[in-house]
Amino acid sequence: MPNTIESALGSSSRAGALSRRSGSVVFGVVIFIASEVMFFGGLISGFFVLRAGSAFWPPPGQPRLPVLVTAFNTVMLLASALTMYRALQQAQRDRWQASGRWMIATMLLGAGFLASQGREWVRLVGFGLTARSSVYGALFYTIVGAHGLHVAGALVALLFVFGRLRRGAYSAANHEGLTACWIYWAFVVWLWPIIYVTVYLS
Amino acid sequence: METHQQPEPGFLRRYVFSSDHKTIAKQYLGIALFMSLVGGWTAYAIRWQLAWPATVVPGYGVVGQQFYNALVTMHGTIMVFFVAMPLLLGAFGNFCIPLMVGAEDMAFPRLNMLSVWTFFVATLVLLASFFVPGGAAASGWTGYAPLSDNPAYTHVVWGQTLWILALALEFASFLMGGVNFLTTALNLRAPGMTLWRLPLMVWFELNGTVLFLLSVGPLIAGAVMLLVDRLLGAGFYLPAKGGDPLLWEHLFWFFGHPEVYVIAMPGFGIMLEILPVFARKPIFAYRTIVWSAIVADGLSLIVWAHHMFISGMDPRLATPFSITTILISVPFVIIVFAMIATLWGGSLEFPSAMLFALGGLASFLLGGVTGIFLGSQSSDIYLHGTYFVVAHFHYTMFPVTFFAGFAGLYYWYPKMFGRMMNERLGKLHFWLTFSGFYLTFIPLFLAGLGGTPRRIYMPSEYVLYKPLQPLQVLATAGALLMLLGQLPFVINFLASLVRGRAAERNPWRANTLEWTVASPPPHGNFAGEPTVFRGAYDYSLPGRTTDWAPQDTPEPATLAAAG
Repeated sequence: MPNTIESALGSSSRAGALSRRSGSVVFGVVIFIASEVMFFGGLISGFFVLRAGSAFWPPPGQPRLPVLVTAFNTVMLLASALTMYRALQQAQRDRWQASGRWMIATMLLGAGFLASQGREWVRLVGFGLTARSSVYGALFYTIVGAHGLHVAGALVALLFVFGRLRRGAYSAANHEGLTACWIYWAFVVWLWPIIYVTVYLS
Repeated sequence: METHQQPEPGFLRRYVFSSDHKTIAKQYLGIALFMSLVGGWTAYAIRWQLAWPATVVPGYGVVGQQFYNALVTMHGTIMVFFVAMPLLLGAFGNFCIPLMVGAEDMAFPRLNMLSVWTFFVATLVLLASFFVPGGAAASGWTGYAPLSDNPAYTHVVWGQTLWILALALEFASFLMGGVNFLTTALNLRAPGMTLWRLPLMVWFELNGTVLFLLSVGPLIAGAVMLLVDRLLGAGFYLPAKGGDPLLWEHLFWFFGHPEVYVIAMPGFGIMLEILPVFARKPIFAYRTIVWSAIVADGLSLIVWAHHMFISGMDPRLATPFSITTILISVPFVIIVFAMIATLWGGSLEFPSAMLFALGGLASFLLGGVTGIFLGSQSSDIYLHGTYFVVAHFHYTMFPVTFFAGFAGLYYWYPKMFGRMMNERLGKLHFWLTFSGFYLTFIPLFLAGLGGTPRRIYMPSEYVLYKPLQPLQVLATAGALLMLLGQLPFVINFLASLVRGRAAERNPWRANTLEWTVASPPPHGNFAGEPTVFRGAYDYSLPGRTTDWAPQDTPEPATLAAAG
């Protein structure tokens, strides 16, 4: 990161209206992710504090979480990081058709993850696990829900970048929006295994 | 010239939905000043009730118990989140950072505009909460659970939910602002503006911003859980449902304590910027100051539990947190020492800006010293529930918010609005504020040492604390004096907009880049990119005809030869 900043410092000229020096978007996203990490850190430490204060975990009478289906979801989400990485690689080689196709694959995998998660939520509510039924349930919906909202937000960002890609806004030399999007997507993807292990397996 | 002297946009784009950092700074300033009036009004009603309990407050009426709780809650919330933050970060950060690093605007101007409008909505939501059934939030500005969790405790339903919503919007706003501040200061610096040539104001805004970005996450997490409790009937903070009220305190203070430094850092930045200008001397130990601020930032993330010594947390945690808390005074002592050393032997000038900066320095010193008694858990156990904490808190936050804030306003007003403020009114404003402030809070230190409990409606109804009642009357007299003292400021601020003497480029003969452009600076700030050749504090250099050297002046030949 310092490299980007320093190199941006020396060279670029500021022609045109309110130009941005290269690196700003990526840098901004990284800063934002830092505070997001702290947000999820807060949620997860809340999880451990409340769990440590409970005699039984999960509490008796509460349904068990769908470990296997979610393991499948986890694999699906991890695969989307791979496809997004491929999209970035193709962009660097100036192959925009291929890059766009990999982005579509990423979005489909992301949407599939959300849909499958949603289906599990409906089933769990049916089994009697709600925010009101126990702290266990409230933690589950809050943490997993917060992550789900982040995936949804990242999908909107992907869609936006995809639109720009299709309109030819990027070049092999300059596709910072796509890079920033990849970094944010990688963040929401790699956050998930941590949540999965904490909430479902621990 | 080149293209970046952009045409001035139309009225709406220029003054309302503007993405120009200078206009956004003024919008933040406007909201902050307006909210400080609302916050002052709550202080007035609180102080009146404490001095002359259950009597008619002139202009308001009798303050009831329920409303008293709401007043105290809203006073803290407004002053910390809707005055100090928008004033010190929103207004001064937005105004100073791009100008001082030599950029034409923030890195993300539209995000910046979104930030100020989000904050505007947050302000409206908070103000609306006064008028909903049940009134405004009444669980204290710290929103302690379970008071904030279950309406059964405070009889406030909508007010508390709106309070959470207003804070959430505010945090979103300052997250956007923070991303902008950091990216701009690190990525949009003019050629030659190395990190070690950044004005201290920029360094301290950055320190405050980084701290905010790192600490706010856990509070947002806590607030989400609080909202889930309130709206979906969960029990994160309710022991009866398997929750833990202490969890809220941990999450709140993990943010709440750094928040003090989020506000203090820009306040210190303003003072550090002003002292060398009016001492006509280079800043003392520039790099040490920067490193001290960074160390203070880091330490401030691991002191939070000193707010919880008497809250029932595991007492084994108290000692480590006592140690870190006492440790954090070391970097601040270094910074204060550097400030005093900067003044030492200088050719001091005393315009209003300097008076406020000096007042802030002196008062914060007292605030810091009294903090040592609260950091040590053995004395804190006695003092924590008393007015000593109230006085200490105000002795730290008031100087960095208002003394430093006013110092910054008197200092940058000419650059912001192109007019000079009236010095005579400015000095009257300072002396009234300064004496009113000391008259308010010195008695409260004593009342606290005597044991007067804070947070309650009528301490004087206890025989034990009745003899201390004159101290409360004294404090209220001070508060009234302080409020009265704002009149010259309001007049000065408004009248100078129209009738003030036109400001030249560099009325204070200062070095930082904002003083090299017109007052007020045009859209796009600089005609061509400035090049920086030196640090910001080259005052009274030998071998120069002037006693200052703006950052874009090349090294003079005489000096190069001498060096």
